[in-house]
Amino acid sequence: MRRISSILLLLCLPLAGCQGWQSALDVHGPAASSLARMFWIFVAVLATVWVLTMAALLLSLRRRRAADADPLVTDPGTERRMTITISAAIGLTLVIVVSLTGLSYAAQKVLFAHKDGTLTLLITGHQWWWQVTYEDPQPNRVFTTANEIHIPVGEPVLIKLESSDVIHSFWIPNLTGKMDAITGRQNQIQIQADRPGIYRGQCAEFCGLQHAHMGLLVVAESKEDFERWRNHQISSAIPPSDAEHQRGMEIFLSKPCIMCHQIRGTDAGGKTAPDLTHVGSRRYIAAGTLETTRGNIAAWIVDPHGIKPGVDMPTIQLEPNEVQPLASYLEGLK
Amino acid sequence: MTRTLTPHDVDAVPEPTRLATGERGGLPGVRSAADAPPSPDELRDDQVDGLELSARLAKTWGTDKGLIGALSTVDHKIIGRRYIVTAIIFLFLGGLSAVAMRLQLAQPENELIGPDLYNQLFTMHGTTMMFLFGVPIGEAFAVYLVPLMVGTRNIAFPRLNAFSYYVYLFGGAMIWVAFMLNIGPDVGWFAYVPLSGPEFSPGKRADFWAQMITFTEVAGIAVAISVIVTVFKLRAPGMTLDRIPLFVWAELVNSFVIVFALPAVVTASAMLILDRLVGTHFFNPAEGGDALLYQHLFWFFGHPEVYIIFLPATGWVSAIVVTFARRQAFGYIALVLSLIATGFLSFGLWVHHMFTAGLPQLGASFFTASSMLIAIPNGIQIFCWIATLWDGRPIFRTPLLFIIGFFFIFVAGGLSGIMLASVPLDSQVHDTFFVVAHFHYVLIGGNVFPLLAAVYYWFPKFTGRMMSERIGIWHFGLAFIGFNVAFFPMHITGLMGMPRRVYTYLPEMGWGNLNLISTIGAVIFFASFVLFLYNLASSARRGPMAGPNPWDAGTLEWAAASPPLPQNFDRIPVVTNREPLWANRDSLPVVTGLSVDNREQIVSTITHGRADLRESTPEPSIWPFIAAVATAILFIGSMFTPWAVVWGSLPLAVALIGWFWPKMSTEDER
Amino acid sequence: MTAGSSHPRPSETPLSHRIVLNARHMPSYSYGHRSPIWWGTLSFAAAEGMGFVMVVGAYFYLVFINGNWPLSAPPPDLLWSSLFTVLMLASIWPNQMAKRDGEREDLSRSRRDLVIMSLIGLALLGIRVLELGTLHVRWDQNAYGSILWLLLGLHTLHLATDLGDTIVLTVLMFTRHGHGKRFSDVGDNAFYWYFVVASWPPIYVIIYWFPRWW
Repeated sequence: MRRISSILLLLCLPLAGCQGWQSALDVHGPAASSLARMFWIFVAVLATVWVLTMAALLLSLRRRRAADADPLVTDPGTERRMTITISAAIGLTLVIVVSLTGLSYAAQKVLFAHKDGTLTLLITGHQWWWQVTYEDPQPNRVFTTANEIHIPVGEPVLIKLESSDVIHSFWIPNLTGKMDAITGRQNQIQIQADRPGIYRGQCAEFCGLQHAHMGLLVVAESKEDFERWRNHQISSAIPPSDAEHQRGMEIFLSKPCIMCHQIRGTDAGGKTAPDLTHVGSRRYIAAGTLETTRGNIAAWIVDPHGIKPGVDMPTIQLEPNEVQPLASYLEGLK
Repeated sequence: MTRTLTPHDVDAVPEPTRLATGERGGLPGVRSAADAPPSPDELRDDQVDGLELSARLAKTWGTDKGLIGALSTVDHKIIGRRYIVTAIIFLFLGGLSAVAMRLQLAQPENELIGPDLYNQLFTMHGTTMMFLFGVPIGEAFAVYLVPLMVGTRNIAFPRLNAFSYYVYLFGGAMIWVAFMLNIGPDVGWFAYVPLSGPEFSPGKRADFWAQMITFTEVAGIAVAISVIVTVFKLRAPGMTLDRIPLFVWAELVNSFVIVFALPAVVTASAMLILDRLVGTHFFNPAEGGDALLYQHLFWFFGHPEVYIIFLPATGWVSAIVVTFARRQAFGYIALVLSLIATGFLSFGLWVHHMFTAGLPQLGASFFTASSMLIAIPNGIQIFCWIATLWDGRPIFRTPLLFIIGFFFIFVAGGLSGIMLASVPLDSQVHDTFFVVAHFHYVLIGGNVFPLLAAVYYWFPKFTGRMMSERIGIWHFGLAFIGFNVAFFPMHITGLMGMPRRVYTYLPEMGWGNLNLISTIGAVIFFASFVLFLYNLASSARRGPMAGPNPWDAGTLEWAAASPPLPQNFDRIPVVTNREPLWANRDSLPVVTGLSVDNREQIVSTITHGRADLRESTPEPSIWPFIAAVATAILFIGSMFTPWAVVWGSLPLAVALIGWFWPKMSTEDER
Repeated sequence: MTAGSSHPRPSETPLSHRIVLNARHMPSYSYGHRSPIWWGTLSFAAAEGMGFVMVVGAYFYLVFINGNWPLSAPPPDLLWSSLFTVLMLASIWPNQMAKRDGEREDLSRSRRDLVIMSLIGLALLGIRVLELGTLHVRWDQNAYGSILWLLLGLHTLHLATDLGDTIVLTVLMFTRHGHGKRFSDVGDNAFYWYFVVASWPPIYVIIYWFPRWW
């Protein structure tokens, strides 16, 4: 008995590790929590089935029986008993399967039921980052950001998923299951967070060389914090406040950076790479790869291919004394 | 010893009408050359006996020495052996690529393998295991064992069978050579468009993948058809439908699944290649195509594929459980019907691979129901095997150990499959390491463990020598522990949010320890295979001699010598029981009257297994090999220019004409 | 694991034979479903038929996805394709003759039938080439063009291989090999031709009529 309980304890150990900012079992939203509940019901039922089947197998192997006998001779009584037992087992299997199907269907209806919310996001998967557009009936309140979503707590948020290149899959396990972003189609998914917090997700459908580095963060915050954040995001970039930032901006605008990146409020208007207007306010750069620090920004600019081999961002020729101002300017774009 | 029978002896044998049709060759009222009596100077097997008969038949059915002889052989045992060995070599290559991946994932931000090589590695791993090992290994065993088990001398269409092997070999070699040259495919084993399409995979990498599909599927379909016709028409007289061994049933159902599933993947890969090479737009949404069309076609094949890998294994399990339980199979009819039901149901599940693609919800839940329903026939099989063991007198030899391992692992994998069948649950675990864990439990549990059991079980038949039991037990222990240590933690890694196919992960994700455990398990698992290899090599040279029937098994392959002579049986057996060797312990009932100097075998009727014809089967020929080379040139050439389909068909046509052009054989001289 | 209660009794020597049946007077070949090659042909027809089913399925999938069909092109012309269809259906008669004369093992009639079937095959291939010129769309124009050419190409491939088969068999029947089991081959060749014929009408309707009705 003690051995069994210690084994159970051992088995639970890794499960304790399911706490995490990208875990399907550490639930922070209504969808994820109903999924986790269902998951545990399935585990309980199916583990019981497994244990019973294996017990039957082991008993059949350990059973004592008459020594040598003709393998072709069978006892009608035994045959009948075994037929009845197997029929009962199959009947039970059928009951289990039908119940689990019903349970699954009920959960599915709830999961995909469309709830009314006010916020709609258009998320476009790119190789290998997420473009996020906050839709709004007023065109001047529409804005675009990348790789970090803020949502108000307790509200369902509708997400429209598209892809600009190959198939990606949008997945924030702490909040809900995944949905693919498919070329030439638009899919929809709703997310909702019950508690403030930072939840991580990453692309779940293999999308090429840097599939591993295609993360995004969901920041769930109170309604007021969210509105403050949104209003700030709508605004243009903060003008440089000191000489170093000023110089950083000039370097940025004089280099090919502007071909792909946008910084609203400057001449940089490229649309094929992440919008950098408020890049300094985001927690990570390079799609969840590096924390946003001045050093990391510098490292990324100097050698993007060393950090994320195959990424579209080219290595820009910079003088050694240009790196520091540029990184500090970008970091300052709060 | 050697007594020569006279024709008079044999004419006195009463012909039981239930064993033969007694029909004539041509249409009623037509005098057919088929009914011409055999020439009096032609030696028949009722005129010689014993060692002389064996030796003469071995000469008639033998394979010539030398390279040309080896490439011309049509002996199903030689081709089957090559098929098995080649498939197991691919198993090792696939395993090596897996170990490389596990080493890379052992710790976060490991820099052992970069993304480009990693993507090639998992593509090669999946592709190799599914197309170059999983499908062929089941067919390979069928090629070797089905003719022996149904009591005939060669597979139906032996030249087609030889051709298939070479085509498969060339396809597998092509993709591995491409990988060695660092231009291996890197788009995953299901090569989703548009990632594998012309825009996002320029170069030849995805073409190698798509053409490898064409190679292996052509081979797979051709072998499946040979197996179907062998089971339909070449069964020994008296082998009625309910006396067909369960292994043969499994291979028959499997062959049907292959015939109906593989055309879907050929269609998918052909469309992919056309999109890539001649600018069609099947999968291009901008011109009216659709990316999900590819997924539908692929998974319409892809789910039956899982059963193509699993069904032959059920045959191995049935054969081994019966032999080592020392009891005939419990629920034979139920087992056969379950196989057939599994075959049918496997075509109704494909959408469960696409639950996160945003398909209509009602349709998706239909596939939840059908996916869960397949638990029923599989459950019946598991319960019948357990019942057979329950009422038997089990003998614990290595084959049975691996079968016990199969039960533990496969049932667990099947049950986690029930979770994946649920649309909502799948939305969390799809494309994560949970799925990786699940399908390795199903595929390694459901195919590799039974395969290892089958190798230990039939090795004496293949080589005439026993494998070492002592090493076998160690092998089993290491494999069982290594497998579970490697794959069980992946369930948790997946639930903790680790997607599959990532070449690295950040330390702060907290997946490091579980991945390290998985890597250690993978290394142990691989070590068990090294031990297996050693056991194979040393037993093949020094193992104790086996004799024809070392396990005292009941099916017909154990009536042949170990290894079997080229003719398999000196006389075609007559079957009176599902386990002929258990029912006939003193002497084997046989048919006589076949030619000794020509390759003749009995063709029988489909349902009742009545002897109908004594048809001759093809002689060895180099043309199937040449045709396979021509096919390879055509397929590989077409990756570079569409015109290869035109000029490449000329040598192929020549080879095919050579193949079918009759030789100056005795049949033609008459 | 403990050892079991009993051990196998390995047999060291082959079993002796007890003769219960003599095949000496059985025929050495036959026709139709009694012959393995017939089942082989049927199985190949099943696999290839499945290929047709997949491509036809893809065709309707694309129709469903796009809504408007045949996208931007006019439907293909009816003249050559209808002529092709008529000739294809008409070929059933000589094909049936070839099968019957083969089974009767009548050499001179079989030769005649095979020559006729070869000529019909050549004529059909010629019409097919003309037909390809009246499709009004190229395979690389849009998905409709792609699936149309794939469907026609697949059928042409079957037509061409069976024609090749027929011609080789015809030549064979004019050599000294033209007897015995070759007659069974004539029957199987006719059987495969039925598959090529049977697969055509649905494709004809899908390609040429369906876009007009949609």
